[in-house]
Amino acid sequence: MVEAIKAHNISYEYETAAGAVLAVKDVSFSVDDAAFMCVLGPSGCGKTTILNMLAGFLTPTKGEILIGGKAVAGQGQDRGVVFQDFAQLFPWRTARRNVEFGLEMRGVPPAERRETALKFLRLVKLEKFADAYPHQLSGGMQQRVAISRSLAYNPAVLLMDEPFAALDAMTREEMQKLLTEVWQATKKTVVYITHNVAEAVYLADQLLVLAAHPGTVKAQMRLDLPRPRDALSTEFVEAQREVLKHLVH
Amino acid sequence: MTGTARFSWKAFWRGTAGVVALMVIWETFARSGIFSAALAPPLASIAISLWRMLLDGTMPQHALYTLGRVVLGIALSCTIAIPLGMLMGRVRAVERFFLPPVSVLMPIPSLAWVPLFILWFGIGNTATILVVIYAATFPMVYNVWTGVRSVNPLWLRAAAAMGANRRALFRKVVLPAALPFVITGLRLSFGRAWIAVVGGELLASPVWGLGKVIFDAKEFLNADVMIAALIVIGAVGLLCERVVFQALEHATVARWGMVAAAKR
Repeated sequence: MVEAIKAHNISYEYETAAGAVLAVKDVSFSVDDAAFMCVLGPSGCGKTTILNMLAGFLTPTKGEILIGGKAVAGQGQDRGVVFQDFAQLFPWRTARRNVEFGLEMRGVPPAERRETALKFLRLVKLEKFADAYPHQLSGGMQQRVAISRSLAYNPAVLLMDEPFAALDAMTREEMQKLLTEVWQATKKTVVYITHNVAEAVYLADQLLVLAAHPGTVKAQMRLDLPRPRDALSTEFVEAQREVLKHLVH
Repeated sequence: MTGTARFSWKAFWRGTAGVVALMVIWETFARSGIFSAALAPPLASIAISLWRMLLDGTMPQHALYTLGRVVLGIALSCTIAIPLGMLMGRVRAVERFFLPPVSVLMPIPSLAWVPLFILWFGIGNTATILVVIYAATFPMVYNVWTGVRSVNPLWLRAAAAMGANRRALFRKVVLPAALPFVITGLRLSFGRAWIAVVGGELLASPVWGLGKVIFDAKEFLNADVMIAALIVIGAVGLLCERVVFQALEHATVARWGMVAAAKR
């Protein structure tokens, strides 16, 4: 199996008034190509810090990250990032123009940009709202635009930081189902941060369980439940129990 | 959300009632005999003067001169204030250098500079427009500076993740994101400039200008003309605020949901 992402002994330390704090300590993992990996852990386990290092917003104070075999240095169009906050969309651009942004940065001509953007809005079932401004869309719709925006310029890796955490339970379930479909259709490698065990078991083929203070790897596991997954099936509940065992020592 | 504010008769009558009350108070005051009719003219004679000056075209011409000075002054002020505010918001060294002088100059009333401007440039347009520039620049600098600093860091992060370089970040993120503050800056600048221009014209204007009308009318004890000019000053100011700035807001930041649509 090809490895899309490889993190080798990464640590992240930041300075505070009270001295240096070690947020992430010697974390190593690898993600298979086109796999869906969930990073699961309690608050303070450094999962967002790990995502920020993958995205290139932060540089590990120790260790190295390889994406597609190349060492990560800063941001790059080989990665797409979806944040938790709905406010990530540009309010002055319509949904379509938001999705076009990455293509614009690449110098793609307007007509082609438009076509690609509409294609990716269709992928998240929002083509009817192409000309709506973000404030006219619900939270779930805004997150769908954000997903299609980060896919439109065709990155190899999609990084997602608890994108559905601020949604209501029903919308969240719909979004998880939709995301699974989008992932299967686009064959991206996904790293998905969450603190929700059921969500992780629903989405992931690979699971990285972290412990807090400092963030260290508690367990790495593979989930090969058939898809689409049924959250009420015995295997699903069994898998959740298995994962929980690692979280509650 | 309310896209464009609708015209409502209820709001219209409420607004009219306030103006009528003001007129009644004035009329009572004018007829009370505290001042002679020449000093506190009744509404009818104010209306006649206003009508006469509107018809013979002098009042519109005065108003156009005044408005022209304000527009020119604000335009010139923007060429200084917008780049300066942007740079102050983005470059720490520029902020450190310019913030103290801006803070010192800002609270000085622009009219306090008029005598000096007259000494330098004589009576006329130059001195008046300089006053406008002075009045308009600081609210603009201050708002642009604040606007640039208050850009949601998440937008910058998202744009950087999508491959935006520094130039694209500035043009496609910082600039539109700061627009609500830029428009507020323009509004405040206009308000300050409108006050300053009339004062400037009182002291330094040659022939045309609403301030000049008041100044000249005082020489001839024409209180009705003075008040007619005051009414025009108020009306033009209100019209600009309502028509120009609200339209600008509705077309941009209100449409984008970045500010609540202003009530009409």
